[in-house]
Amino acid sequence: MELVCPAGSLPALKAAVDNGANAVYIGFKDSTNARQFKGLNFNDKRAAEGIEYAHKNGARVFCAINTFPQPQGWKTWISAVDRAARLGIDALILADMGLLDYAASRYPQIDRHLSVQGSATSYEALRFYKDNFGIRRAVLPRVLSLDQIRGLAKHSPVELEVFAFGSLCIMAEGRCYLSSYITDESPNTRGACSPAKAVRWQETLQGLESRLNGILIDRYGKGESAGYPTLCKGRFEVEGSVYHAIEEPVSLNTIDLLPQLQELGISAVKIEGRQRSPAYIADVARTWRQALDRLENSAAEFAVDPAWNATLAGLSEGGLTTIGAYHRKWK
Amino acid sequence: MLKLSLGPVLWFWSRQTVFDFYANAAEWPVDTVYLGETVCARRRELKLADWLEIADVLKDAGKQVVLSTQTLIESEADLRLLRRICSQQDYLIEANDQSALQLASSNNLPFVTGPGLNIYNVATLKVLAKRGLKGWNLPVELGRETLVELITELKAEGLDLPAEVFAWGFLPLAWSSRCFTARHYNLPKDNCEFRCLQHPDGLELRSREAQELFRLNGTSTLSGARYDLLRELPDMVAMGVDTVRLSPEHQGMAEVVQRFDQVRRGEMPDIDPLQLVEAPPCNGYWYGKPGMDLVADRLWAPMV
Repeated sequence: MELVCPAGSLPALKAAVDNGANAVYIGFKDSTNARQFKGLNFNDKRAAEGIEYAHKNGARVFCAINTFPQPQGWKTWISAVDRAARLGIDALILADMGLLDYAASRYPQIDRHLSVQGSATSYEALRFYKDNFGIRRAVLPRVLSLDQIRGLAKHSPVELEVFAFGSLCIMAEGRCYLSSYITDESPNTRGACSPAKAVRWQETLQGLESRLNGILIDRYGKGESAGYPTLCKGRFEVEGSVYHAIEEPVSLNTIDLLPQLQELGISAVKIEGRQRSPAYIADVARTWRQALDRLENSAAEFAVDPAWNATLAGLSEGGLTTIGAYHRKWK
Repeated sequence: MLKLSLGPVLWFWSRQTVFDFYANAAEWPVDTVYLGETVCARRRELKLADWLEIADVLKDAGKQVVLSTQTLIESEADLRLLRRICSQQDYLIEANDQSALQLASSNNLPFVTGPGLNIYNVATLKVLAKRGLKGWNLPVELGRETLVELITELKAEGLDLPAEVFAWGFLPLAWSSRCFTARHYNLPKDNCEFRCLQHPDGLELRSREAQELFRLNGTSTLSGARYDLLRELPDMVAMGVDTVRLSPEHQGMAEVVQRFDQVRRGEMPDIDPLQLVEAPPCNGYWYGKPGMDLVADRLWAPMV
C-alpha cells in the first residue's frame, strides 16, 4: 500500500518525502483546493522545486484541485489544471465533473484521481466517474464502514485510496454545506470549513468561548482543553441537554486496520492535514512508514507497536483517536 | 408560468401521514411532485410499490411525478433499491448521487438532478446533458448571482436545461452515515427504534445561547431557520427560473403552496400568519451571504 502524505509547504513536502511518503499531495495558493489557509500552499516556483525534490527521491506528487468552480471562477480553476500539467504533476485530484471533463480531454496522459470531495460511496458511482472521465483512482469518503468498503472494493473499477489518519469529517464530503450556512465559505465554494476569519475567542466569566461568525460553538471551563471551533464539533443544546450533538473533537486513526485494508486490496492510505507543520508531517509519515513496512514484511504477524499509537495520539485533536465509521458501533 | 414543485419529504412520517399528505397534495396547485425516501435506508414505512401507487394517483391528478433517489448510497441493499427505481419506465428520476446518475444513464432513463448533486458550472451541465439530463436543481449554497450566470451561459450554449430553485423550507445541508437522532437518544443506529417518527419536523439543535442553528433529522442535518424566497419569485421569473421547490412540512403546507401560487400569478398573498412549525426565516444564500442570514429585500417592500 502506498503512503500518501499532505504538504502545505515545501519544508512539509520534504519532511514527508524524507520520512517515507510514496506520494505527496499539494495545492495552489488560492481557493482551487480544499485547504485554503493563509500562508499555506504552493506557488508555481515552490511547486516545481517540490516536484523535483520528490522525483529525485522516488516519490510522486499529486495536485489537489478539488473545490467546485462557479462560472465567475471557471478560468482560474482550469488555469490551475493547466499549471499543474505544465509543472509535471503525477496526478490531478479532482472533484468537479466539469473540471474532470476538462482534464480528461485536455490532458488524457495525466492520471486523474477522484477527490474525496467527489463523494463516491458506491461502485456504481465509481463506474460513473471511470466511464465518463477515465479516473484511475478514487479517494473514499470517511463515512463508509469497513464492511461497506469491502463490498465496494470487490466491484471497484478503479484503485482505492482511504483516509488513514488526521481530522475526521463525519459528513459525506463534498456535500456538506454547514460551513457556508454559518459563514459565507464552504469546502465546496472556497476550500474552507469553519474559516479562521470568522473565528473569535473570548475569555468570559463563564469560561473561554469560541465563536464562528458570532455563533457560540463551544465554551470551555477551567482545565478543559479548547479546540478549533469546527462547527460540527461544538457543544450544543438538543431538548435541554448540552453535548457534542454532532461529533466529538477526535481524530481518525486506522493503524489497527492496516491488515484488513491490505486484504481488501486498498491501493493507498492517505494522511489528512496540509495545514499541519513540517514536524507533524515528519512524525506522522515516519510512524506510518514503519507500520506499512512491518505489514509488508509479514501481514499475518502484523501487530501495532504501542509507540506508534502513543505518537499518533499525541498529534491528535484532544489526544483522542477513533477508527471512525470504519467500525459501525458508534452510537 | 413559473412552476411549483413539492420536494421529497425529508422527514420520517408514518405511512398513513404520507398517504394523507399526498392525497391532499393532489388538490394543490403544484406542477411537479418528487416522491421517495432520500435520507435513510432504514425508513421503510413505504415500499417502492407504495410510492408508485401514490405516483399513479398524482399523475392522474395532472401532476408531473419524479422519483427521488437516496442521497447517500452506502450498501448493496441501497443499490438494489436504486436499480429497481432506475428500471421502471413510467417516471422521471431525480438523481441525488453519482450512483443514480450511472444507473439512470446506463438504462437510458431521463433524469433531473436534486439540490445535493454538485452542479456549480455549465461544463458539468454539459457532461450530464449528454447522459440524459432533463433539468437540474441549484445547490442550496449557491445564490442569485451564480444562477444568473449559469442560465445565461446555458442559453449561449443553446442548451435547454430548466433550472429549479429550493425556495421554501428547512435546507438540507449535510448527510452522514451516522445518525444524530439515534445519538441523541444514546441508541445504536442499527437499533434506533425509529425515533425520527417522533419528530416529524426534526430535532432542534440550538447554541448554548438558544440560537436555532440546525435541525437534526436522522442521518441528515437541516438548517435551523426556514429558507424563504417567496419574495424573490418575480426576480426569478425575470431571470428564467423554471421551477421553485417547496419542501414538505407536516402542517400548513396547503397554505404555503397557496401563497406561492398567488405570488407567481402576480396576486398579493394574504398577510395572515401561517400556522407553521416555529422557526426564524432566512434567505442569505440567495444573496451570497451566510445561509442563516436574513437580508431585507428590495423587491417586496412596495407590495406590503
